[in-house]
Amino acid sequence: MADIALTPPRRPFVARYPSVIIFIGLLALFTIGVTVLSEGFGIGVISTSFVKTLGKTLCLCLVALAMDLVWGYCGILSLGHMAFFGIGGYAIGMWLMYARTEIIVRDSLAAAPLPPTPQEISDGIAGQIFGVVGASEFPPIWAVAHSLPLQLAAVVLVPGLIALVFGWLAFRSRVTGVYLSILTQAMTLALALYLFQNDSGLRGNNGLSGLQNLPGLGHVPQSTLSVIFLWASALALGLGYLLCAWVVSGKFGSVIRAIRDDEARVRFLGYSVEAYKLFIFTFTAILAGIAGALYYPQAGIINPAELAPIASIYLAVWVAIGGRGRLYGAVIGAAFVSLLSTWFTGGQAPDINLGVYTVQWVDWWTILLGLSFVAVTLFAPRGIGGLFDLISDRRSPDRHGADLGPGTGALQEKEAEK
Amino acid sequence: MLCFVRHVILCSVLCFSAAVPAVAQDIGAPIQTLLQTHGEVIKQSSRRTIGPAIDALAASGLDDAKTVLERWQNKEMWFEAETGVFVFAAAAEGGMLRLFDVAGGVEIGVTEKRPYKQLKPNSGIRGLISAALVQFQLNDPDPSERAKALTAIERDADASHLAALRGAIDGETVPELKAKKQRLERLLTIRFSDDDADRITAIQSFAGDLGVDVRAALNPLVATRLDVADTLPENAMPVEVGTEDLSRARAYALLVDKELAAAQTDPATLRDTLIANIDAGTVAGVQVASLDTDDARMAAYAALAAQGLAAPLVTEADVTAALEAFQFFEVFTGAPVSVAQAAQRALSDIETRVALNQTADLALDALSLASIYFLAAIGLAITFGVMGVINMAHGEFIMMGAYTGYVVQLFVPDYTLSILLAIPLAFAVTFSAGVAMERLVIRWLYHRPLETLLATFGVSIALQQLAKNIFGTQARPLTAPGWLDGSLIINDIVSISYIRIAIFVLALLFLALFLFVMKRTRLGLEVRAVTQNPRMAASMGINPDRINMLTFGFGSGIAGIAGVAIGLYAKVTSEMGTDYIVQSFMTVVVGGVGNIWGTLLGATLVGTLQKGIEWMNPSNTLAAQTYMILFIILFIQFRPRGIIALKGRAAEA
Amino acid sequence: MSTLLEVSGVSVSFDGFRAINNLTFQIGAAEMRAVIGPNGAGKTTFMDIITGKTKPDSGSVLWGEKSVSLLSMSESRIAQEGIGRKFQRPTVFEDQSVADNLMLALKKSRSPFAVLRFRPSSEDHDKVAELADRIGLSAALHRKSGELSHGQKQWLEIGMLLAQDPRLLLVDEPAAGMTPAEREHTTELLVEAAKTRAVVVVEHDMEFVRRLDCKVTVLHEGSVLAEGSLDHVTANEQVIEVYLGR
Repeated sequence: MADIALTPPRRPFVARYPSVIIFIGLLALFTIGVTVLSEGFGIGVISTSFVKTLGKTLCLCLVALAMDLVWGYCGILSLGHMAFFGIGGYAIGMWLMYARTEIIVRDSLAAAPLPPTPQEISDGIAGQIFGVVGASEFPPIWAVAHSLPLQLAAVVLVPGLIALVFGWLAFRSRVTGVYLSILTQAMTLALALYLFQNDSGLRGNNGLSGLQNLPGLGHVPQSTLSVIFLWASALALGLGYLLCAWVVSGKFGSVIRAIRDDEARVRFLGYSVEAYKLFIFTFTAILAGIAGALYYPQAGIINPAELAPIASIYLAVWVAIGGRGRLYGAVIGAAFVSLLSTWFTGGQAPDINLGVYTVQWVDWWTILLGLSFVAVTLFAPRGIGGLFDLISDRRSPDRHGADLGPGTGALQEKEAEK
Repeated sequence: MLCFVRHVILCSVLCFSAAVPAVAQDIGAPIQTLLQTHGEVIKQSSRRTIGPAIDALAASGLDDAKTVLERWQNKEMWFEAETGVFVFAAAAEGGMLRLFDVAGGVEIGVTEKRPYKQLKPNSGIRGLISAALVQFQLNDPDPSERAKALTAIERDADASHLAALRGAIDGETVPELKAKKQRLERLLTIRFSDDDADRITAIQSFAGDLGVDVRAALNPLVATRLDVADTLPENAMPVEVGTEDLSRARAYALLVDKELAAAQTDPATLRDTLIANIDAGTVAGVQVASLDTDDARMAAYAALAAQGLAAPLVTEADVTAALEAFQFFEVFTGAPVSVAQAAQRALSDIETRVALNQTADLALDALSLASIYFLAAIGLAITFGVMGVINMAHGEFIMMGAYTGYVVQLFVPDYTLSILLAIPLAFAVTFSAGVAMERLVIRWLYHRPLETLLATFGVSIALQQLAKNIFGTQARPLTAPGWLDGSLIINDIVSISYIRIAIFVLALLFLALFLFVMKRTRLGLEVRAVTQNPRMAASMGINPDRINMLTFGFGSGIAGIAGVAIGLYAKVTSEMGTDYIVQSFMTVVVGGVGNIWGTLLGATLVGTLQKGIEWMNPSNTLAAQTYMILFIILFIQFRPRGIIALKGRAAEA
Repeated sequence: MSTLLEVSGVSVSFDGFRAINNLTFQIGAAEMRAVIGPNGAGKTTFMDIITGKTKPDSGSVLWGEKSVSLLSMSESRIAQEGIGRKFQRPTVFEDQSVADNLMLALKKSRSPFAVLRFRPSSEDHDKVAELADRIGLSAALHRKSGELSHGQKQWLEIGMLLAQDPRLLLVDEPAAGMTPAEREHTTELLVEAAKTRAVVVVEHDMEFVRRLDCKVTVLHEGSVLAEGSLDHVTANEQVIEVYLGR
């Protein structure tokens, strides 16, 4: 069988991973289809708000991809990635709000008899933005809000740095498994609570609003912008998918899956498990930040509730329902569950009249979601993605009941030592 | 003899001139005599001269004196113009007067108004009378009346009370009242005495006293007024400009107020002046379009000022120069310097004590918060600590317990009874919920902690929404029984509400219950056996399934009871569980998993920390929680296994 | 014979229980050594100390020609220094193919960025194929390792150890649960390995130890009870009492 080993090692990456081609193709088809059917560029079958929903869904798919990488592949059940997503949104939202308010303030001051001084403009913007929290000066955190390149850098750097510092602390002290999950949840809670304060400098629970209006593009209708954002989101998702697939395809992917299954063993192979975890945690945090930066201009508003721990839990729910440990599973889960959520909670789903009681989906959807999540965990750990295995005949080894994950991996080793 | 004669005359007068008097008036009564002695002064009714009369009445020691003063004050005292005899009188029907004897208040009869004249004390006299009356109240034979009088003075003291109070101390027999009177006397001395030496002695006697009343009496004495002059006057305390005590803006505003300096040209004035002087696109020869910086505007303004078209420009540099040219200082306005300084010393002494006591109060607060966290976490210490099952729906079990309490109160209006009913019922409800969850979900996921975490999240989401559907989103009250209202007050600073004490006691009870169950019962033994080695336990006839189910139920049931307690302290909402779940896990993890004493220490640490941070930044509890969580994340760096860490093989099993 | 690893005066206790008590141990650069001892003698803890999993309370562990201390190093750093460890129960990455497992273990830069850029060259593939051949898993190269038999997993793990090209191999009960034929093969693998590197085998099975034909160290209650050839130590009365006599 030596011939197998001697097959040319450098087959093209996409040839080895046909699912990447299929995914990119489907994504392109989807984007073209929506464009053709949209109001902005096509025949107007799909409303602008639905185009926005689809664009947002693509961003959620991107953050789900990040979650799958960190959880499905590396075994770190992070309950903090929606916080990184929110931070990305805040970072871009600060510029959007600043730049747009600046235009408004300049316009209103242009009518004044004297040309405005820089101080007057700055005071005007600060008054407009922070009036709701009773402040009239820019907090230090807004120091670079005037600059798009710097805020774009913040989209990447802030989540990345937070993840780097937090991850370094957590991994260094070998916090793993559920402990790590709880710690990430605590981090998320701390961030959300911090942002809820009025003196956080980010408008407390008012959050940032009016993000759908791009500064300088006031004349472009939302119907056009929505499609452009859809393209941007699709592009980001496509590139993100390629990048993730590249990361997990090679030896690096092999190492992180090994870490997921038995991190102690990987350590004895000479790999610094902490460095790998930190790399993946930070990388996915950045990915989440980028997804958030694309999501919130489409949503129009961001507030601290978006960062609450429950959001990150839902992210885990999407990935679990879609099927973790495979990239397309995360995308399917995020798209399927979030669209279904929109449908149910948007009041479009028909109520079910049981005679004595009418089931209103707005109220009951969350219960259904919670219970189906339990059911998926219990009966279909591979999620929706598992259905593809029936077609592709992909099998995973019989573990005799043993589960993936560092917790159980370590358990095997311990049993060995007894 | 004279008395007798007058009596007879009066009798005859009455007989002839009035309608039938029921009882004859006792003209010889001591009170009447006393009144007659001062009759002229009383009838004269002058604020200036009335003093001796009131004093005599007050000092007479007569039982009737108090009544006389009261009625006099109420304008119910009349006198017969001819004889000068004093009576009490009230209007009767038909414009008649109903008369009463000043001695004993016995009704004399109804008569025409004409021969009688009413005493109409003016407000000055009424004030003197009430001051004299206070003395009666302070000397009232009924101690409760005396206490009431003291309370009244405490509430609304007046300079006139001082003398009365001083007079009422020696005769006081009840020690507590005497102490109270003495204290009040010193307080009044501080506030009203004219003698500075007395005031200082009184102030010094209060060194270290924590009473709010003391601080209320002292604070006005140290009131100061900010002033400014070329040189520092005597007895003035200099104040530095640009410090926290005196900002530049405030200092300069004072200068402007005193017309020692011209107001600084603020940007708005500057702009308005420039606008007012726009002339064909230029201001003072400068193009308007170029006025888009502060410097350009100032230059243009200066040009205007030079032309006399605007007030001179006062720049920041001018302000600095002006501020440096003057001395800012504070002078005492509330009292003479010596008294104020004594008060200041006393206050700073008191502040030290207050700070100490506040620390004690904070410690109590922290302790009660710790008990809440302990209550919230103890169920988790069983399910997570002992069994290793991570139950994210734990917070929702707390919520279920609280709602059980709420529902019980809907049916049982008696709060004491309803709480007593709610506790076992909450245990039963959450015990069943826990058992159901263990059977349906968790037992399939043993040794798969991450999956357990996820599945219980699902349950948590569903339960929360279910509660929302049933009870709505608004907070529901869970009312504590009346005997838990109020607080245990140790002094004016240190106090703790009974409900917090109850929660503390409950936390101790739970600790005892946990220790008892785990160490002294068959169940505890079997639980420990199953968690340490399920296969071995099974081979010894223990049914691990049953034990796991019961243990999980027990932990959940305790969460339910904790829910009732927490519901009493906070509001019952469908989201209350999420408020406690992270803290609860933190408590267990920080303390050290698998050790109840660790959980206790963890709760103490988390509670103390949160209160401590809140104390440093009292306006912002959200920030306190943020920093606490950050601290815990750091803490876990240094003690990853918690405060009480199990070592060796046991820790890894 | 130069000393590769020198453990001296090492003690460690867990909650008062002395798992290792003033243990001293040496091994040369190309030497086979069997470590035997009853349950609880501290064999696994001994390995934990060398590989950095457990930090001793006292004593020193010196490594290599330069006698660097291993005590301040992390597990991964120690592994990179050239100490490989095989656990008692086979721990291979069951979700990945045999080739992936071997590729993972292959001696290459372990830094995340290097690994991210790493693409196997044909020499790497050859090396993996050659290793697979040595451990008799050529036919199973692209099967998931979770599908292998127990013995095959043991070999795969030994293969992974060899792929690491360590200077010291620590092997915990390699023959457990193997058929006689499989044992034969395992013995061959170990003896072959010991020609170029140090191998420490912890084993219960006396027959297997005899086959290895090497110096034996007997551990008891955390310290060395006897050391020498198998015949020598089995003649030792103390050893008979604590271990063989049971």
